[in-house]
Amino acid sequence: MASNIGQFWELTGFANATWQHLVMLCVGLFFIWLAIKKDFEPMLLVPIGFGILIGNIPFNPDAGLEVGIYEEGSVLNILYKGVSAGWYPPLIFLGIGAMTDFTALIANPKLMLVGAAAQFGIFGAYMVALLLGFMPDQAGAIAIIGGADGPTAIFLSSKLAPNLMGAIAVSAYSYMALVPVIQPPIMRLLTTKHERLIKMKPARAVAQSEKIIFPIVGLLLTCFVVPSGIPLLGMLFFGNLLRECGVTNRLAKTASNALTDIVTILLGMTVGASTQASTFLTKETIFIFALGFMAFIIASASGVLFVKFFNLFLPSSKKINPLIGNAGVSAVPMSSRISNNLGLEYDPSNYLLMHAMGPNVAGVIGSAVAAGVLLGFLA
Amino acid sequence: MKRKILLLAALVLLGCSPMFSQARKGLKINEVMVLNDSNAVDEYGRHSAWIELFNSNYASMQISSVFLTNDTTKPTLYPVPLGDVKTRIPKRQHVIFWADNRPTDGTFHVNFTLDPNKPNTIAIFDADGKTMIDCVTVPVLKPGQSYARIEDGVGADKGDGRPEEAYWSVRDGSNTEGSYITPGSANKIKGTNPKIEEFKEKDENGFAMTITAMGIVFSALILLSICFYIISRFNAARSQRKKMEAQGLSYGEIHPDEHPEGDSGEEIAAIAMALHDHLDAHDRESSVLTINKVRKAYSPWSSHIYTLRQMPNRR
Repeated sequence: MASNIGQFWELTGFANATWQHLVMLCVGLFFIWLAIKKDFEPMLLVPIGFGILIGNIPFNPDAGLEVGIYEEGSVLNILYKGVSAGWYPPLIFLGIGAMTDFTALIANPKLMLVGAAAQFGIFGAYMVALLLGFMPDQAGAIAIIGGADGPTAIFLSSKLAPNLMGAIAVSAYSYMALVPVIQPPIMRLLTTKHERLIKMKPARAVAQSEKIIFPIVGLLLTCFVVPSGIPLLGMLFFGNLLRECGVTNRLAKTASNALTDIVTILLGMTVGASTQASTFLTKETIFIFALGFMAFIIASASGVLFVKFFNLFLPSSKKINPLIGNAGVSAVPMSSRISNNLGLEYDPSNYLLMHAMGPNVAGVIGSAVAAGVLLGFLA
Repeated sequence: MKRKILLLAALVLLGCSPMFSQARKGLKINEVMVLNDSNAVDEYGRHSAWIELFNSNYASMQISSVFLTNDTTKPTLYPVPLGDVKTRIPKRQHVIFWADNRPTDGTFHVNFTLDPNKPNTIAIFDADGKTMIDCVTVPVLKPGQSYARIEDGVGADKGDGRPEEAYWSVRDGSNTEGSYITPGSANKIKGTNPKIEEFKEKDENGFAMTITAMGIVFSALILLSICFYIISRFNAARSQRKKMEAQGLSYGEIHPDEHPEGDSGEEIAAIAMALHDHLDAHDRESSVLTINKVRKAYSPWSSHIYTLRQMPNRR
């Protein structure tokens, strides 16, 4: 009897707990608190936070329970395959495509360049990561956090630096949740009061045929330039065609609602569970968080500065409000809302939301292209 | 309908046939040892001559039904048997065939041997017994030497103009780079990803990568931007033409400055709202049902008096 209890005790979490496990459990609880109490990206932080709890419950790995996420054949391991083999991010992109209205971008195609400029955040962080001693593939995987696109970050890091994926994913989603805190000071710092008051012309009406052509031409052009971006860009544009073609409403609805929700749950939970104390509580994780923060700042700043530069060549009637430059990162629609709110703060009649959506969705395309470039060079 | 099905079937067949042969094209003879005195042993513990094949594709390949031969006049000499799961080679992996003339010992034991006293021509033929997939002539080798591709699967079909022999080397098994004998594994041992090493060495600070990658991102989006600028211009002109035609004007006869301007968003919104109010109709959604409460006037068909059954009276 006593030996049975002793054996059972050896299997419990209490007997196998280390301080690292406790720290990770606190991190998980902190994420859940942030999501529920502070409403920071709850759709992502709740699954990730709970996943961290699931993945860090201590147990005896030698007991052969086959419950750990890295134990071949366990339930969590099977679900985690979608992350490690990169299935989930393209499925999320299918949903994003089905949810995204590219009208603002089609109406004003030059705003695509703002989305391209903001990708400098990725490559600025890449250079700094190299300086810190990361290998080029690891640096590329970390730098993609600057794209402000969680699925892209997971997709790329699963290919280039699988050992850093947990920290990269958590960092990317954390900063996406913190976009309303990070971006406004940068936008205020880099713009003058006069620039913030620029009123942009309402976007022209876009014909349905243009909306249908966009995903087809978009796919062909971007994937011919960067074939390594096919999984992400292909699904993004496919989802958008389902939305816009007008004859596949049911498919578009499924892709944008049920499918995205299912994949988000699985992705968030398994990414959270993959953050084991041994790989997460390291010096590299601190660097990754610091680099991610820097990448966000560079991305936001380069978007704003690019608009200011672009304005030098535009006639006064066609000037762009630099407050939409921050939306070049692909945190849709959070960064567009920030542009709008800041615009309204300085002029209550200046609605920038639809103008900001242009660079915002261009940022989604831009970050997927950037990921394709990094994958092509470094994989 | 029949014609459509036939056309579809023909297209599918047309698409599949080159794909099949293209997939098998990736099968390469990668390394050969003719006199095996102390090298690899088979599952029976014997030293025999061996032929290493390499799947150079990035997808797994089923090699059952291809033919291995040491005589190109007899292309179907040894058919790789069907039904063995081990004949599916994973992507970029190797498989060893023992040239010991003992086909009854298993799938990977062929029915011929290699002659150590003269050059041996080894070939792989596709399932049709006619299409040659790969062929190599192995020179006379000393005991314990192998003849191997310098890099897995790379040969004259790379297209840089060098002869096939330039991609092969005789290996003596000494402990120097390029001399290893590697049955069942990569001919060129790579401890690290050469691309990464090259980037680390040549682009230490990441400057070149940044310039190149930003250039690519910008070009992709500029291309898209230009494309949609053109499409939007074309669309605007078309809508103007339609508008003028509706007003009974001819597009070509009027100066471009006098063309009517496109409708503003506000105008379109106002028209849409007016139409909505007037018709109470949906515009595009095909699957939306609008159910309104309908009050009908009295009809005997809906009368409770006439339609409800009287309860039977028990007497």
